[in-house]
Amino acid sequence: MTTTTVDHEQRHVPEPLDVAALRADFPILARTVRDGCPLAYLDSGATSQRPNQVLDAERSFLTTCNAAVHRGAHQLAEEATDAYEHARATIAAFVGADVGELVFVKNATEGINLVSYAMGNAATAGDEAARFRLGPGDEVVVTEMEHHANLVPWQQVCRRTGATLRWLGVTDDGRLDLDDVPEVITERTKVVALTHQSNVLGTINPVAPVVRRAKEVGALTVLDACQSVPHGAVNVAELGVDFAVFSGHKMLGPSGIGVLYGRRELLEALPPFMTGGSMIEQVWMETSTFAPPPQRFEAGVPMTSQAVGLGAAVDYLSAIGMDRIAAHEHALTEAAVTELDAIDGVRIIGPTEVVDRGGAVSFVVDGVHPHDAGQVLDSLGLAVRVGHHCAWPLHRRMGVPATVRASFYLYNELSEVERLARGVREAQRFFGVV
Amino acid sequence: MQLESMYQEIILDHYKNPNARGLREPYDGESFQVNPTCGDEVTLRVKVDGDNGESRVTDVSYDGQGCSISQASVSVLTELVTGRTVREACTTMEAFVELMQGRGQVEPDENVLADGVAFAGVAKYPARVKCALLGWMAFKSALVEAGQSPEANGVEVT
Repeated sequence: MTTTTVDHEQRHVPEPLDVAALRADFPILARTVRDGCPLAYLDSGATSQRPNQVLDAERSFLTTCNAAVHRGAHQLAEEATDAYEHARATIAAFVGADVGELVFVKNATEGINLVSYAMGNAATAGDEAARFRLGPGDEVVVTEMEHHANLVPWQQVCRRTGATLRWLGVTDDGRLDLDDVPEVITERTKVVALTHQSNVLGTINPVAPVVRRAKEVGALTVLDACQSVPHGAVNVAELGVDFAVFSGHKMLGPSGIGVLYGRRELLEALPPFMTGGSMIEQVWMETSTFAPPPQRFEAGVPMTSQAVGLGAAVDYLSAIGMDRIAAHEHALTEAAVTELDAIDGVRIIGPTEVVDRGGAVSFVVDGVHPHDAGQVLDSLGLAVRVGHHCAWPLHRRMGVPATVRASFYLYNELSEVERLARGVREAQRFFGVV
Repeated sequence: MQLESMYQEIILDHYKNPNARGLREPYDGESFQVNPTCGDEVTLRVKVDGDNGESRVTDVSYDGQGCSISQASVSVLTELVTGRTVREACTTMEAFVELMQGRGQVEPDENVLADGVAFAGVAKYPARVKCALLGWMAFKSALVEAGQSPEANGVEVT
């Protein structure tokens, strides 16, 4: 037996990624764009690219055992159901959930709509759903940095039920204003919905104090984990949130598949959102009873090869290690913030201190509209996002109509950050502002 | 370089030194248009004198914020339509829309479009076509609000 002495003073430094080697798994990254420029894909915050391993998993499922899952008794149906449920188990383990707590949805947007509509449906459901009911006098709390996907569904459920929408503010440097918490989250609050990591600012929100306050007042918590689960280790049980959502296509998986996590006890009491086949227990002409979760929330024949693909994406990420991915992206983010901040006339919208900050770096260039800056970057092979990134109220709060956003993932290289900085200088030159 | 084919000097000039910027009174029709994917905005007012068929655009004023393409396009618009009959202005609008929706395959007529031909390169970038059309959509809606739809002035709109 050997013993290891652990020096607790020394911070664990993950082994660096072999980016060149893993880029070979992503054929799209080798292509050129706009007359021969090598592609620098800096838009993974919108959607990530997929490795061969994910494409192969989908193809293998479709060429060997494709069938409608959870119906039919033939061998293909059995194998397809096994593959689908195996993917659920893989993904559940990846985020620290039990397998029955994980619902497959189309994407995170659908997951949030599922929760908000199901809460609206609680008005006409049985007593077990009483805790989800919303009405006049009740409040729903979001934050000013939400993606529209975690704002508009809550606006709508408030309109339908008479509940009131409130929000936590954002500080000038792009952090959640925790001073608002005691005043905004009160005994009237039924739900607190917040993003784990801002898709614009890159800010990683402190979930613990918000969850603590929500629990104090008996409010449910919904975490938009779209930008966090792909980029670092996230354990929903440890975070203590009641619900969480994320999308497959932002974490190397297929589009058309996403995940809703819900604590078992809550999913068991939550009324359905979409109804139809698969989600029932018994059906008569007059009425129906519903299956236990997660099936209750998966009406119709679900996305199957996509779920299998997402399972393969999780295997791919796990094999590399989320701590290594997070460390790599941290280095890219630090370089990007440093290089961009050093350019006169460039202002980063979001924290410039690279602490509790993920790899979405949004900025404006004085005298060059983000669309125009993006066009110059595109002409140099740099794929960035321009506009308000589905967070219009946040842009208003930060005093800008739009931004340019570079967002990083495990396959990005430091040389691409350098190209980005050179591209921004080129945009300034082209538009004559320097 | 492709970039220069989109950002013709004329476009950059209009962006830096726009025409007729700032909203004016009196006016007969006003329209606010926003591009929901990027947040670019234009508010445009139009003053029209005379009856349908013989009516004339006597003033166009606007305000807005957005990229060089959207803001230069509305500046060029004011040059192309102010002082013209509504029928002529709508014919020009049709030619501009056709150019922008032509994916770079439509040969622009300089006699009709004047500085508007500079936007031919933009038509090759589908994501930017909406930018170029934002002001024109505002112009069309403002005309309708002024009771001067293109159809009422004998112009078929596609």
